[in-house]
Amino acid sequence: MFGRIFRQGGDMESTTIVDHSPNTAEAPPPQVSADSQAPIGPTKITARNVNVFYGDKQALFGVNLDMPERAVTALIGPSGCGKSTFLRCMNRMNDTIPSARVEGEILMDGENINDRRLDPVLLRARVGMVFQKPNPFPKSIFENVAYGPRIHGLATSKSELEDVVEASLKKAGLWAEVQDRLHHPGTGLSGGQQQRLVIARAIAVQPEVILMDEPCSALDPIATAKIEDLMDELREQYCIVIVTHSMAQAARVSQRTAFFHLGRLVEDGPTEQIFTNPRDTRTHDYITGRFG
Amino acid sequence: MTDAPDRRAAAAALLKKRYAAERRFRTCGLLAIAFAVAFLGILLARVVTQGAPAFWTHSITMPVYVDPAKVDPRDLQGANYDMLLAEQLLPRVGAPNDELGENALKAKDMLSPDMGFQLLDRLKKDPTLIGKTISLTAPVGGNADLYYKGELSRAIAEGDRKLDDAQFAWLDKLKKDGLVKGHFNWGLFTRSDSTQPEIAGLLGSITGSALMLLVTALVAVPVGVMAAVYLEEFAPQNRFTGMIEVNINNLAAVPSIVYGLLGLAVFINWLGFPRSAPITGGLVLALMALPTVIIATRSSLKAVPPSIREGALAVGASKTQAVFHHVLPLAMPGIMTGTIISLAHALGETAPLLMIGMVSFVPGVPEGFTSGATVLPVQIFIWENASERAFHERTAAAILVLLGFMIIMNAAAIILRRRFERRW
Repeated sequence: MFGRIFRQGGDMESTTIVDHSPNTAEAPPPQVSADSQAPIGPTKITARNVNVFYGDKQALFGVNLDMPERAVTALIGPSGCGKSTFLRCMNRMNDTIPSARVEGEILMDGENINDRRLDPVLLRARVGMVFQKPNPFPKSIFENVAYGPRIHGLATSKSELEDVVEASLKKAGLWAEVQDRLHHPGTGLSGGQQQRLVIARAIAVQPEVILMDEPCSALDPIATAKIEDLMDELREQYCIVIVTHSMAQAARVSQRTAFFHLGRLVEDGPTEQIFTNPRDTRTHDYITGRFG
Repeated sequence: MTDAPDRRAAAAALLKKRYAAERRFRTCGLLAIAFAVAFLGILLARVVTQGAPAFWTHSITMPVYVDPAKVDPRDLQGANYDMLLAEQLLPRVGAPNDELGENALKAKDMLSPDMGFQLLDRLKKDPTLIGKTISLTAPVGGNADLYYKGELSRAIAEGDRKLDDAQFAWLDKLKKDGLVKGHFNWGLFTRSDSTQPEIAGLLGSITGSALMLLVTALVAVPVGVMAAVYLEEFAPQNRFTGMIEVNINNLAAVPSIVYGLLGLAVFINWLGFPRSAPITGGLVLALMALPTVIIATRSSLKAVPPSIREGALAVGASKTQAVFHHVLPLAMPGIMTGTIISLAHALGETAPLLMIGMVSFVPGVPEGFTSGATVLPVQIFIWENASERAFHERTAAAILVLLGFMIIMNAAAIILRRRFERRW
């Protein structure tokens, strides 16, 4: 049932089951051409035999996964399967949980980021993250975006900082909506705008990877469509990894999909293949809605 | 198996019972509130009716001839100014100065020694006034003031009161002649403690309270907030920090007099701090306020949504930056409210201060953190124990002043919270 909704590779039909794009009536969806122009890049992150423990409980079992540059990799699976845990390994967010222990190698450009000696603060400047619930700081829109560049010393003057903020908001597709109220509180925006503000905040520190943990689960369909379009644009520059509960979303936005079940990576591959021709029966059962 | 009408009747009966239970509960709640409000009302009404007269007082203005025969310019301290003034008062009330000086003594009872002090001060500054007539204004004696305010009347048997009928008549005449005037009792706020009620004021104890509270705030707030931030945000969760947490919660419930004992043993006996001084009292109260400040700070830090911390960490803020840039500012309104309320609590604390010797007669304004001082609640305690009747209304007045400061502090807490929460 998902076979018809891929946009990857450009050779697929662009008919969409969910009409998520408000401008489809005017022009042919631009994403298709964008997709065809942006081939998947080389591998950015490689996970090798990753085990995660919360206290005595093991949450991830020997995960091996490659995530390419200039592509969206979707992590899917039923609740509690470990996909968010895996996502949080890649910016060492699990460090903030005292009982969590991560084993194995996660190589980013060949460098093991799971090394205790690597400073997670520096890593997180390279790996941005967007959360399930939009969490702008209770400060102005400008301050939300400027915070990252400021603490990392990415701008030397006020005008440079303003340029960074403007560029980030433009990339996040929010500039037109907020340019005349940059000094209003970020928490006053709508849910979808807040999520794009948070994406702008992540982009502002010039990351290489953007992790998204169910970024649309708190949003309405129109806001979701905007974020999905945004992901499509951003994937031309970044390695994006997204956790999602919506298989339709995974099919729409991702080029590669990994299916997790009970803490194990069951199957991964091109999105098209996972959804049309899964090798494992569990994957097949999940994407056809038999469980999960 | 019952049929449908039966079931409905049973449900209706049950519903009646449920409504009855709800009514009972509401009545009990209303009664409880009425009970609490009634007692609060009685308390306030009693304090206000007793204390209000103390805010009004009477002063006498009279010309005084400084008799060179009675005042020796070489020994100004040696003269009996009270008797000199009393003798000057006698002709104004139309009474003769008898041989034994009984009338003069009676007149002296109606005046405050303050008038004598004033005269001495004037003469010290300018001895050429001897032999001249000068005008002096001073509060009337405490008992005379009570008579003017109707608290001492002829209804009381003559033997049971400090002033007799003749003195009452003299006071009436002075009032009628316009020598005595009633006015707002500014002296209550501009004078310090005294053995004479009419010239006893709260300036010394208000200053003492302010100095002491400053020490308390300067010690308890930074130490408490930092301890709470460390425990809540940085400390590892283990047996040791768990034990510290339990102990902090227990310390908040320790009777305050125990802190007084601790202060006596540690600050005064061991470290040699001055007794009865604002710095010592402030440190003792800081120890007492610390657990409350820590608990209030921790709970407001806990109330900051974890998504804010995660958001800050995810853009690459260090743990310290996340806490100080994002979490602490969000927790600030709660921290300030908790802190101000615990300081207000410290302001009203008496028991630990008794232990460190703050219950002493201090007739002046404390000059600094190490000089002897008294504080508002202790001043209330001292005045309550005084035998002079005029001190009783001053006790109630001092309670009103203390309550006023409490209301100001609590209002400040509410306003600060509103202001900072409204920002976003």
